[in-house]
Amino acid sequence: MTAAAPAGSPAGPSGSAPGDGGGPAPDGSADERLVHRSLPARLMRRPELGAVVGAIALFVFFSLVADSFLRASSLSTVLYFSSTIGIMAVPVALLMIGGEFDLSTGVMVTSSALVSSMFSYQMTANTWVGVGVSLLVTLAIGFFNGFMLTRTKLPSFIITLGTFLMLTGLNLGMTKLISGTVTTKSISDMEGFDSARAVFASTLTLGGVDVQITVVWWLALIVLATWILLRTRAGNWIFAVGGGVDAARAVGVPVGRTKIGLYMGVALAAWISGQHLLFNYDTVQSGEGVGNELIYIAAAVIGGCLLTGGYGSAVGAAVGAFIFGMANKGIVYAQWNPDWFKFFLGAMLLLATLLNAWIRKRAEVTR
Amino acid sequence: MSDGSDEKAGAAGDDRAQPLVELAEVSKFYGNIRALQDVSLQVHTGEITCVLGDNGAGKSTLIKIVSGLHQHDAGAFRIQGEDVRLGSPREALDRGIATVYQDLAVVPLMPVWRNFFLGSEPVKGRGPLRRMDVDEMRRTTHSALLRMGIDLRDVDQPIGTLSGGERQSVAIARAVHFGAKVLVLDEPTAALGVKQSGVVLKYVAAARDAGLGVVLITHNPHHAYLVGDRFVLLKRGSMAAAYEKSGLELEELVRQMAGGSELEELSHELGR
Repeated sequence: MTAAAPAGSPAGPSGSAPGDGGGPAPDGSADERLVHRSLPARLMRRPELGAVVGAIALFVFFSLVADSFLRASSLSTVLYFSSTIGIMAVPVALLMIGGEFDLSTGVMVTSSALVSSMFSYQMTANTWVGVGVSLLVTLAIGFFNGFMLTRTKLPSFIITLGTFLMLTGLNLGMTKLISGTVTTKSISDMEGFDSARAVFASTLTLGGVDVQITVVWWLALIVLATWILLRTRAGNWIFAVGGGVDAARAVGVPVGRTKIGLYMGVALAAWISGQHLLFNYDTVQSGEGVGNELIYIAAAVIGGCLLTGGYGSAVGAAVGAFIFGMANKGIVYAQWNPDWFKFFLGAMLLLATLLNAWIRKRAEVTR
Repeated sequence: MSDGSDEKAGAAGDDRAQPLVELAEVSKFYGNIRALQDVSLQVHTGEITCVLGDNGAGKSTLIKIVSGLHQHDAGAFRIQGEDVRLGSPREALDRGIATVYQDLAVVPLMPVWRNFFLGSEPVKGRGPLRRMDVDEMRRTTHSALLRMGIDLRDVDQPIGTLSGGERQSVAIARAVHFGAKVLVLDEPTAALGVKQSGVVLKYVAAARDAGLGVVLITHNPHHAYLVGDRFVLLKRGSMAAAYEKSGLELEELVRQMAGGSELEELSHELGR
């Protein structure tokens, strides 16, 4: 079994665990045949490398062309916008590593906000009750997605496209039915609003810099997702169901439960986003959110997630979201026409994906 | 020497040890298609039972029943004398039956150590800090593979970068490590070259020597004859023959496997 392992097999390591990229062999397995890998070679094996390079390039670029970009207030705005995408992109990345899509995420955020707002208003209940009900409803939507997927064995593209359309209709229809308009009523004078706002939509001041609380939520989700992915059994299962579902099933991995759990994780993030939306603006537009699902997926892909599953990282998706944030706000600070934003993003998605593919190839060769 | 007469004799002489796994006249139907009919076989500790057959002979159906993916429709399936109907691969694993499939033994993108423990990861810590014991997993993977004679350079490499034979061997080592009593191997040498096949057969023998009962599915009589103790020949869903190693010549096995009289006919047709 000492024959040289042939290269040319699929991409790099599934994880980005510290040491997954292994320097000199891990403890207890020092081996003279294992050539010491240089730091760049080890970095090359990490899924988020392409995104990090892109983010640095973009940061330098906007620092040069937009004078106001480096101001603390501008960076705070960039971080805030990045966090609103990143909160969703991180669990979406986990789902994609698990080999599935979710097209219903954008409108699910809106649904979550609508449920919370309308329940509190109609029942004249404490807003926290609405927030709680919203959590249950949103998790139920996530469960529905996962359950339908594992039961029907249809592609997740179809299932969640169905959920997306249904939710889009429900959002509009129910809001009109209940509120009479396409916008929910203001709940700012209701009990519990202020404390809920403090949790979901407040601004912290750290060292003279304003930081939106969504940034804290975002960072917490990154840490949680990375922990789950790299250090828990569930993380091992996520990589496995995405990278080889039959092999995973054959060794006893609970494939169905893992996938349902992933969809519910996405739903949990949608709930956080939705509550932010509600408590930040007080009212909710029922038609909002359409199209955002693709932005989340794009951020995850820029961050190094394979569309086919089994490979990627939570940190990468977060960096992908940061790239979105920089591009979106940087264009404004550079005083360009923001109409070009989407074109810019599309080009960047292509570039990032090509870069990621190229890096993975190089990483295989230099191994 | 055909049509199960031999097998009946084997079943009668059951006073030796109780078989680990026993199929007695098991049948399986897919709708109105008879995939398997009245197939019997025994797997004993420290022995290799080879199941031979051409494509479509029912080998994979047999595997699926033993590994818990499908249930049999008739006959008896006994594990250590107890009648069972396995509902899932997990249940089969819990009863000590580990199956290594030809193509889907491992998840290619994952490192060797993650693959090795997939589905049975050791954990430490409690509550929210419950986590995989990563160091332990790396160490154990290396030493368990070494014990089977597999010397891997780096347990962190994606298992997809190993050769086909190495992947099979890792999967076998995994089954042995997790205390499987019965190892079911689905065409482990089918896609491999001569040398790689030899390597895999060596690990199959190592698993047998470790005291496991092995079911080796193959269509290569030469490989089967090298390691097998019992042989069951399937043809179009039913048992064409059953042999024990003693009193069986390789030529006879090859001839049976190659289609027996059909082959003679073919050689006449092709003869010039």
